[in-house]
Amino acid sequence: MSPAPRLPPAARAIVAGDRRALARAITAVENDDPAARPIVRALYPRTGKIPVIGLTGPLGVGKSSLLSLLIGRLRTAGRSVGAIAVDPSSPFSGGSVLGDRIRLERRADDDGVYFRSMASRGEAGGIAAATREVARLLEAAGFDLVFVETVGSGQVDVAIREVATTSVVVLVPHLGDDVQTLKAGLFEIADIFDVNKSDLPGADRAARDLSELASLGRSADGWTSRIVRTSTTAPMGLDELWEAIEAHERFLDESGGRVAGERRRLAREIADRVREHVGRDVTVRLDRDRELRSLLDRVVARRTDPISAADRLYRQRYRAR
Amino acid sequence: MARRTKPGPIRVLIAKPGLDGHDRGAKVVARALRDAGMEVIYAGLRQTPEEVVRAAVEEDVDLIGLSILSGAHMALFPRILALLKQEKARRIPVFAGGIIPDEDARRLQKAGVQAIFGPGTSLEEIVATARRLARGTA
Ligand code: B12
Ligand SMILES: Nc1nc2c(ncn2[C@@H]2O[C@H](COP(=O)(O)OP(=O)(O)O)[C@@H](O)[C@H]2O)c(=O)[nH]1
Ligand SMILES: [Mg+2]
Repeated sequence: MSPAPRLPPAARAIVAGDRRALARAITAVENDDPAARPIVRALYPRTGKIPVIGLTGPLGVGKSSLLSLLIGRLRTAGRSVGAIAVDPSSPFSGGSVLGDRIRLERRADDDGVYFRSMASRGEAGGIAAATREVARLLEAAGFDLVFVETVGSGQVDVAIREVATTSVVVLVPHLGDDVQTLKAGLFEIADIFDVNKSDLPGADRAARDLSELASLGRSADGWTSRIVRTSTTAPMGLDELWEAIEAHERFLDESGGRVAGERRRLAREIADRVREHVGRDVTVRLDRDRELRSLLDRVVARRTDPISAADRLYRQRYRAR
Repeated sequence: MARRTKPGPIRVLIAKPGLDGHDRGAKVVARALRDAGMEVIYAGLRQTPEEVVRAAVEEDVDLIGLSILSGAHMALFPRILALLKQEKARRIPVFAGGIIPDEDARRLQKAGVQAIFGPGTSLEEIVATARRLARGTA
């Protein structure tokens, strides 16, 4: 695609493959910098077509290691790859140590890979508020596909569904028993289960348990979760994992799931943004607006309850007339 | 696009170039910067100068911190500075720490390393310097 002349300069630079322009735009998007708006707006029409592959699962299961090997594999096949790896921000300092890059092995001069670490910045659910926008910037910059590695805090990060076209839930053999506790929500998000560290004992058992659970099926879209086994230390199963990812991507095209999924994600994204605006607005008004302050006073005094107050506030201020 | 019209957290790359397994110092510094509210990209051990510079550009960092206790700083640091220049990323400041003799430290600072800290430096001093360098008020 040739850079269209009407794009703003920064957007044009990104499309032309300027990595520093891309890097700065990602920062601006992360910071919700108004300077990012025209770039994002101009590039949006070029997005929404590539696979976005989510890697989620608890801390330490090998997501970053898998990501590195998958990147290598795709590079060998001549496909360019963008990657976003999200780590938690400290709730106390707001700071973060982003360590997923440690596992990355690639040629430093390879322009076919772009790897970006991202802090969650207080967002629950395993991705950051800006992850979707950053994935789109990577697409606009011309990468053939994008990986997103989630935070991986304890449970499974359900928010990956809001960005990924294919979600891989990575587990390890000795997590076998925990599968039961993870079950809620797990099968809704896992297009693929990967039992990584299959060089360790118990992998067969874990894969069997998962198969049993998966056979109960996920009927909504007609796809049954696939189960694969991998090891990154004694490399095995990478082909099967990639195979499964491609199979799901094909399924999306054949079933119409790609379009439906994108529609669902975008609806959610718009709703999220509106919720954020309204939430901020209400917080400010409950402090500054005289009428709303007295509403809050009444809730504090137990003369009305929060649910009724919220209903009333919403009806009066936001509901379409 | 103007840089940092709305500043977010300071982003710092902490890397250990060369064949050097001493990573305590790098980790201690990374944690201190995190606790000061910065986003620290910890690139880990055995980074080539090319990898360090590539990471700094992709991660759009405000500062690069190099930790080295192997004695190879006179070969590695100038190479990193040269690559930054080549990548038109010379404005990203570089600071460093580890086992670096005073004489070498003087020469490296002349070559463009902004600050160098040896064993026993207080983390407060390192954090304050990081903040000053990253915000471009050096
Ligand atoms: C612990 C240690 C080890 C441990 C390392 C464990 C680990 N995972 O880190 C082990 C036992 C593995 C080890 C091995 C070796 N070590 Co050793 N090791 C040390 C020792 C005793 C302490 C280093 C340490 O952890 N200090 C604590 C941390 C917190 O301090 P620091 O790293 O200096 O960091 C501070 C500052 O320097 C600064 N800083 C550091 N990095 C950065 C980065 C930035 C950006 C900034 C701003 C500041 C900053 O801030 C920190 C806080 O003040 C030193 C001697 C010494 N007193 O320094 C020798 C020393 C570094 N080791 C040495 C050597 C030679 C080795 C070996 C080659 C073999 C040997 N003779 O033991 C191997 C090589 C290992 C390898 N693969 O590279 C020599 C290096 C000589 C040189 N460079 O000229 C030293 C100096 C000992 C000596 N006097 O000979 N070592
Ligand atoms: N035995 C074994 N260890 C692995 C495997 N994959 C990753 N690891 C190790 O698990 C640890 C965590 O890996 P990492 O990729 O950082 O996990 P993440 O937190 O899910 O991103 C590291 O020490 C890896 O070396 C594997 O297939 N087998
Ligand atoms: Mg990881």
